[in-house]
Amino acid sequence: MKRKMSPLSKLYVAFIMLFLYAPIVVMIIFSFNASASTSVMTGFSTRWYESLLHDEATIKSLYNTLILAVSSSLCATVMGTAAAVGINAMRNKWAKRATMSVTNIPMMNPEIVTGISMMLLFVFVAKMLGVVDALGFWTMLIAHITFNLPYVILSVLPKLRQLDPHLPEAAMDLGCTPLQAFFKVTLPSISTGIISGLMMSFTLSLDDFVISYFTQGPSFETLPIRIFSMTKKRVTPDMYALSTLIFVAILLLLILLNVSQVRGEKRMRNKLNKEAKAE
Amino acid sequence: MKQKSLSQKLIASPYLLWAAIFIIVPLVFVVYYSLVDANGAFTLEYVSQIGKYKDIMLNSIWLGFVATVISLILAYPLAFIMARSNLNVQRTMMMLVMLPMWMNLLIRTYSLMILLQDTGIINSALSILHLPNVHMINTQGAVVLGMIYNYIPYMILPLYSIMSKIDNGLIEAAEDLGANKLTVLRKVILPLSMPGIASGFTMVFVPSVSTFYISKKLGGNAFALIGDVIEMQFKSSNNYNLGAALSLVLMFLILICMAVMNRFTGDDDDGGVLI
Repeated sequence: MKRKMSPLSKLYVAFIMLFLYAPIVVMIIFSFNASASTSVMTGFSTRWYESLLHDEATIKSLYNTLILAVSSSLCATVMGTAAAVGINAMRNKWAKRATMSVTNIPMMNPEIVTGISMMLLFVFVAKMLGVVDALGFWTMLIAHITFNLPYVILSVLPKLRQLDPHLPEAAMDLGCTPLQAFFKVTLPSISTGIISGLMMSFTLSLDDFVISYFTQGPSFETLPIRIFSMTKKRVTPDMYALSTLIFVAILLLLILLNVSQVRGEKRMRNKLNKEAKAE
Repeated sequence: MKQKSLSQKLIASPYLLWAAIFIIVPLVFVVYYSLVDANGAFTLEYVSQIGKYKDIMLNSIWLGFVATVISLILAYPLAFIMARSNLNVQRTMMMLVMLPMWMNLLIRTYSLMILLQDTGIINSALSILHLPNVHMINTQGAVVLGMIYNYIPYMILPLYSIMSKIDNGLIEAAEDLGANKLTVLRKVILPLSMPGIASGFTMVFVPSVSTFYISKKLGGNAFALIGDVIEMQFKSSNNYNLGAALSLVLMFLILICMAVMNRFTGDDDDGGVLI
């Protein structure tokens, strides 16, 4: 449909991709280095992958990261979806605008400011209650839910706006209770927004370093925090091995998502074709 | 009807409460901590200390600005090429752009550091070719490169998403009316892609100015950015009050920069493009 890429365009795309991927490729190569050097390749070995398997602290931190990402994204999705429904129903223009401005704060503010502002709150409350070592899983969970919420709200709200308000009303006229109308009519039509909000919060939470760094305590270490403390010292290739594994996992996930998307579109097209023929 | 609107109002209340406690109150605490001393008595001491960090702040904003502008210049043609290629190529390229974004910032920065070191890959390759080595690590250039490398996907994606929505017919119409390629770019594509530029600009500028890991790893101890100074107050000097005062200033500076930026690109009420 559209024109083919010119050689100059191809060259430009190749240049940007080289820029984006050169460091990653180098890292993958050195994760198989036989020696502990990160600049001279001395031979091929998988010893860094083996040592990673026996690194209990890293495995524990991976586990922690997943728990935090799953729980924070689920909480944020439930609360955020409810919030979006409420915000969408708000009649008072001023209240709506104020709510949206507050929602935008965690997205606009530098992460470091969000992180330290929450840390100050936690430290202050802990001092008042006389709790020592308050920073840990719960403070990180609160922080992660907080920075995930705007992304959920902003991906659900447009779907709600697209929804015809007469549809839930029609359902209620036909005898649904408001709750039934919500679950049978509203929820299915905003589900794509909810899912993309959930996915976004999950990946953001998985990847977050800055806000976690300020709200984290020694009792609960996530993978990015672990990587941070590993890169403080001189790094051995086991860090590269870990990063390579993460890279491969993300690559597979993205390919899987893409394939299922393409398949879904194909199925949709076939269905449309069949319907067109039937008519 | 009345009952329905009441329940719909109530459904947002957990979030409103949450936002009040965990978004608004923490910001109040930043203000509070910057105005009291360690014993909780009111003081302007920390606010007055900010003047000492003026150069660091200006330098942070300058480096962040340079990184953002270079990202924009690099990303713009790529986004344009992406938006005008066929659908499968678009999808693949989109994946290739997003993939590094999902890798951890720490890992990306660290892998860039390996490349730039004095004994790193680039310098080893230069030695093999009998070319003089280049000192790259621990310079301002390395920090800017690190910012671009880490955040350029956040520039590419909003630009691409806005450009893929530009109607091809508009470009053809302009060409039919006698506009050359440059005029088409200047009069059609550029104005239509302004919202994308604005959101890309924000998404690269804010994290670049406030970074501390990138400058620590690629800039060494040679110079610090404002993020480094703030991080130090909280994690090593334990001077929360000064840290809070500095964060307050950082927040305001970024707000001012964004307001100036919005002046140039016009308002977008939707809050930019969500990727």
